[in-house]
Amino acid sequence: MSALLDSMAQAFCGSDARREVLDAALRDGLPAARNEAWKYTSLRQLERRAFAAAPLQGPALDAALLEDIPAPRLVFVNGRLDAALSDVQALPASVQLQPLSAALAAGEDAVRFLGRRYERSEEIFARLNAALADEGVVLRVDEGVQVDVPLQLVFASVAGDTDLAWHHRHLIELRAGASLGVVEHRFSVGDSAHLDNTVLHAHVARDAVLKHARVQAGSARQTSFLRTDAVLARDAQYHRVDLELGAALSRHELNVRLEGDNAQLTANGVLLGNGRRHVETRLGIDHIARDTACELLWRGVAANRSRVVFHGGIQIREGADGTDANLSNKNLLLSADAEIDTQPTLVIDADEVKAAHGATVGQLDANALFYLRSRGLPQAQAQALLSAAFCHEPLKILPDALRAQLARRLDKALAEAGVA
Amino acid sequence: MADLEIKNLHVSAGDKQILRGVDLHVRSGEFHALMGPNGSGKSTLANVLMGHPNLEITEGTIRFDGEDITEAEPDERARSGLFMAFQYPVAIPGVTVTKYLRMIINAHREARGEDAISLKDFRQTVEKAMALTKVPKEFSTRYLNEGFSGGEKKRMEILQLALTRPKLAVLDETDSGLDIDALKSVADGVNALRGTDRSFLVITHYQRLLDYIKPDVVHVLADGRIVKTGGPELALELEAHGYDFLKDRVVPEAAV
Repeated sequence: MSALLDSMAQAFCGSDARREVLDAALRDGLPAARNEAWKYTSLRQLERRAFAAAPLQGPALDAALLEDIPAPRLVFVNGRLDAALSDVQALPASVQLQPLSAALAAGEDAVRFLGRRYERSEEIFARLNAALADEGVVLRVDEGVQVDVPLQLVFASVAGDTDLAWHHRHLIELRAGASLGVVEHRFSVGDSAHLDNTVLHAHVARDAVLKHARVQAGSARQTSFLRTDAVLARDAQYHRVDLELGAALSRHELNVRLEGDNAQLTANGVLLGNGRRHVETRLGIDHIARDTACELLWRGVAANRSRVVFHGGIQIREGADGTDANLSNKNLLLSADAEIDTQPTLVIDADEVKAAHGATVGQLDANALFYLRSRGLPQAQAQALLSAAFCHEPLKILPDALRAQLARRLDKALAEAGVA
Repeated sequence: MADLEIKNLHVSAGDKQILRGVDLHVRSGEFHALMGPNGSGKSTLANVLMGHPNLEITEGTIRFDGEDITEAEPDERARSGLFMAFQYPVAIPGVTVTKYLRMIINAHREARGEDAISLKDFRQTVEKAMALTKVPKEFSTRYLNEGFSGGEKKRMEILQLALTRPKLAVLDETDSGLDIDALKSVADGVNALRGTDRSFLVITHYQRLLDYIKPDVVHVLADGRIVKTGGPELALELEAHGYDFLKDRVVPEAAV
């Protein structure tokens, strides 16, 4: 067994049912390099590393780092809830919110509570999560409740002597007609080399609206696995924006099932690669019901020796007539040593659908560069402006204040990466 | 004085020779029109003046404001007081008009050794220039040229002309694709920006823009050379008779 899985097994301290889940995952091991879902993601370095379980008490976090993140917020430091920095009083009573650890401590049957099990070897990190998750956010919004202020979720990774792993499982459930905004901030303090393995389940019931933004800005040694499984009922809407700005290895699998008629998904994102980082996003959008729609706008930038991987999978099932699916994935390759792999796939088994997908990899537009330079901007400034503009496009679906906040994060990351 | 002097300019794009010995002198404060049939090299001349990277000068020189700018970078030319309004302005989604205008104004101020413009001055300057060039204020928050109509893009070009205050403005077919109202408002903007310290080189295929903007000198470019130069009446002559007269004048390249 690899050092990685060995260290995960040692961290286990759950129920017998979860032990079974873990044993099954360990039996199958890490996915083979030839596995289609993992062929761009090398685990060779990671599998040799060992991670200790995150201690029950996380280190202190400088409150100044949370200055532009207002309440209501929940703050997790190295996987553990920091109650002192968290404040959710502003949430209405019709929002039920509790940490997963509290639900487990209250004796809820973990495996049932965590819901879905994962069986396939390529789902190794979701399987490990099912066995090992002991913290997360469990959130339910009652029927018809509109929550005006977004809930801020902070996940800080603080560098220390030992490399840690934590497994979070989040559940966001919006009942019929409810609406909620969630903003996730993921960042590192110092050169943290921890592993964050998160699974998020979102259930958006009929007529409910979930707006979700996420900034992943881990240090250049951080490892981040995230799997999002969302289910949309009739007339439900899910809008999300993901900024992948950091981590040595980050991989997000975003799976959305549009199960009810007229369900709508908007999912935009930016993948920023620099240094030797590996940044990967895999979409699995499943149109099951009639007249469902998805709008997917993704931009990738690869500088230095980085690797940016995008898989845009859209399936339109038999009977999902009237589906409207649009995927755009454009990428900027800024270095001869960087690599971008983009793979849009579209499987259509329905009639009367509109589906468009496009993926490009290129350099900055020479005409646009000439235009800006002809107005007096030096070459470097013109390049920076165009690269930044390219990356800002996915933010356009956000409300103004949030867009400005995320734009600042994006600009900072672009500047640090030497891109803009 | 900010004269533009082009001498024996030969320009090629890839393997194709486009300009074959252009001589042109625009004195400070003068207004020149450059006309000619499609494919004569008008837009190439405009773009080579601005330093387009795909055009190669194989012979000849360009002097501007006393400096040889034949080899200068596009942004150096711009900061030295040269401006070209593009025939096809580029849309840049992700960059708002306000952010962009501020950047170009500051690039010019920096070149003059001035501090960056204050927010208040910027607002006032832009508001005034927008009123002058009939660019709606609401455009400030839109992305540059994205979703703009042909006329709106051209007015945005004239707005940038107003804000960067060049010594020489080259307008590359600024009248193309405009209806009569849009043409008039562009012409009004240009007229308002004429002055003794600013010269213009207006490139056009049709005479109609010149109904609203009176040139001092009219040149006809054909087959990569200036074949005729005259006063405003030359434009009217071309309007009446077209470019057919050129057929008798221009010697085919093979016979030279």
